[in-house]
Amino acid sequence: MKLLTGNNLKTGDVVWWTGSDWSRHIAEAADVDGHGEAIAAAEEAARRVNAPYVIDGEATPTGPRPGHIKDRIRAAGPTVRPDLNIKPADPTAGGWVI
Amino acid sequence: MYKYDEFDQSIVDTRVAEFRDQVARRLAGEISEDQFKPLRLMNGLYLQLHAYMLRVAVPYGTLSSRQMRMLAHIARKYDRDYGHFTTRQNIQYNWIKLEDAPDILADLASVEMHAIQTSGNCIRNTTSDQFAGAAADEVTDPRPWAELLRQWSTFHPEFSYLPRKFKIAIVAAEEDRAAIKLHDIGLQLYNNDAGELGFRVFVGGGMGRTPMVAPVIREFLPTGDFLSYLEACLRVYNRYGRRDNIYKARIKILVHELGAAEYARQVEEEWAHVKTLGLDPPPGEFERIAAQFALPAFETGIADTVDRSDPDFAVWLDQNVKAHKQPGYAIVNISLKPVGGIPGDASSAQIDLMADLAETYSFDELRVTHAQNIVLPHVKKADLYTIWQKLVAADLASANLDLISDIIACPGLDYCSLANARSIPVAQKIAKRFEGLDRQRDLGELKLKISGCINACGHHHAGHIGILGVDRKGTENYQLLLGGSGAEDASLGRITGPGFDEDGVVDAIERAIEKYRTLRTDGERFLDTYRRVGMDPFKEAIYG
Repeated sequence: MKLLTGNNLKTGDVVWWTGSDWSRHIAEAADVDGHGEAIAAAEEAARRVNAPYVIDGEATPTGPRPGHIKDRIRAAGPTVRPDLNIKPADPTAGGWVI
Repeated sequence: MYKYDEFDQSIVDTRVAEFRDQVARRLAGEISEDQFKPLRLMNGLYLQLHAYMLRVAVPYGTLSSRQMRMLAHIARKYDRDYGHFTTRQNIQYNWIKLEDAPDILADLASVEMHAIQTSGNCIRNTTSDQFAGAAADEVTDPRPWAELLRQWSTFHPEFSYLPRKFKIAIVAAEEDRAAIKLHDIGLQLYNNDAGELGFRVFVGGGMGRTPMVAPVIREFLPTGDFLSYLEACLRVYNRYGRRDNIYKARIKILVHELGAAEYARQVEEEWAHVKTLGLDPPPGEFERIAAQFALPAFETGIADTVDRSDPDFAVWLDQNVKAHKQPGYAIVNISLKPVGGIPGDASSAQIDLMADLAETYSFDELRVTHAQNIVLPHVKKADLYTIWQKLVAADLASANLDLISDIIACPGLDYCSLANARSIPVAQKIAKRFEGLDRQRDLGELKLKISGCINACGHHHAGHIGILGVDRKGTENYQLLLGGSGAEDASLGRITGPGFDEDGVVDAIERAIEKYRTLRTDGERFLDTYRRVGMDPFKEAIYG
């Protein structure tokens, strides 16, 4: 699957395209198939996202998982500060990244 | 410490107002990201892995308590309650909101700080000896010259768009505590045989993908010619440095390709002209700056001994406290490398505490070190035990300065969008493996440095043991290097062989260190043994 990600222009937060909006939670990310670049261009022009790009991901029972560790760390947060992660109480978060 | 005059303050305040307008225009859609990006970078604002990252300049690593408290305030109010001290003596915040950035810069300006020229192809923050003004072995305080450099390089119109970024470091002792030979320009103040003070000038060092130790291009430069000569060095680079290839754009490539002698000849030729332009400040101006770095009002006739009866305190004293030029005083190194911690990170509460300690016990002064620690430069020996107790309570009393757990590590893939692998977890595992202080002290000075990519922000080339994180088909892999040094005996580490996974590199380091223990002679550091016996015995121990 293809996922579209970027950063919120004002806050810098990592965000994922859900099909109709942006979410901080990758579990809500949608498969953008071949439309990622067009969506990115429109959303960037509307100043709803900064530096968007399309990545490869895989569908898993718990939701989309980016193919590269860099994007998994972006999705979850720094592996060395679980207290700052998007789901700080989730004990499985570290395993999901690595 | 240097105090802003009306011009300094006006420059910084004007820049804050300008950036506030630029941010407003970006958020209103009047300028695109392509237009805005170079503007935010000129103010130290990057877009990193998780958010915007702000890099704040700490000129030559010197801070007042008031400035340090402002750094804590920014961490608390605008970020996530901590900051990261860097190998360039700066501080970075990892979770900044664009909409807050102008207010942060305004807060910094209120204490004579800024983020100007912490990015971009310009002259970056000048770094220096963290013991400057206090060190028993220095010939003079190098910071007045560093401040002169700051004023000369700030918004220098000719050098705002160099082929690539440009880093200058300056020391005034034989012991190099600022890695000057691994900078674009390294300056060493010393007295020549005639007793005159001047600079030994090194040009063309650096790390990154093409590491080089800088050659000397001028053995002695009179202090009065300081700025005009540097202007000539930069002019030659600005004219002939390569702009066609980012990987060959640093001055080290130019010096290497021309040869040090030819580069030096071109500089001398340019200097003959530059000298006539009146760039060197009159002695009175230098004296005005130097007066602001006058020694504090040290007490005289005070006790020069310390009660060592508390054994834990005695260990900290031996490891983290260094000789001061003034009898009765000492230099305190506060390690930001607790076992299990993140090298260089400090919470806002810890930053506040260090500011309080400086205000009460160190003439209101602190230093940031390129090894990502903090220094209280002027502490009465009689106060050392009290300070240590307060540091213990704040988890800031790790007695590991220059030991294997005093690891330099870049933010790596946990924070940095350029990184290929994580650095911090490797540092944590190594620190944990060698946790026992007795074992660490038995190994002696051992500088271990980790970078998460070839850009070498973690100085892996200069580590007695260096680690470089790479991406091998989407998996983190770690190359091991031995034999580097960023000190006066500067050298570049050599790769041992095939890389390792995260746990494998920790095991490999342990095998190398056990080998060292069997090979060392009395008083020999790991680096000394490596230099004596070469790579082969270590390679055999590591790979079997």
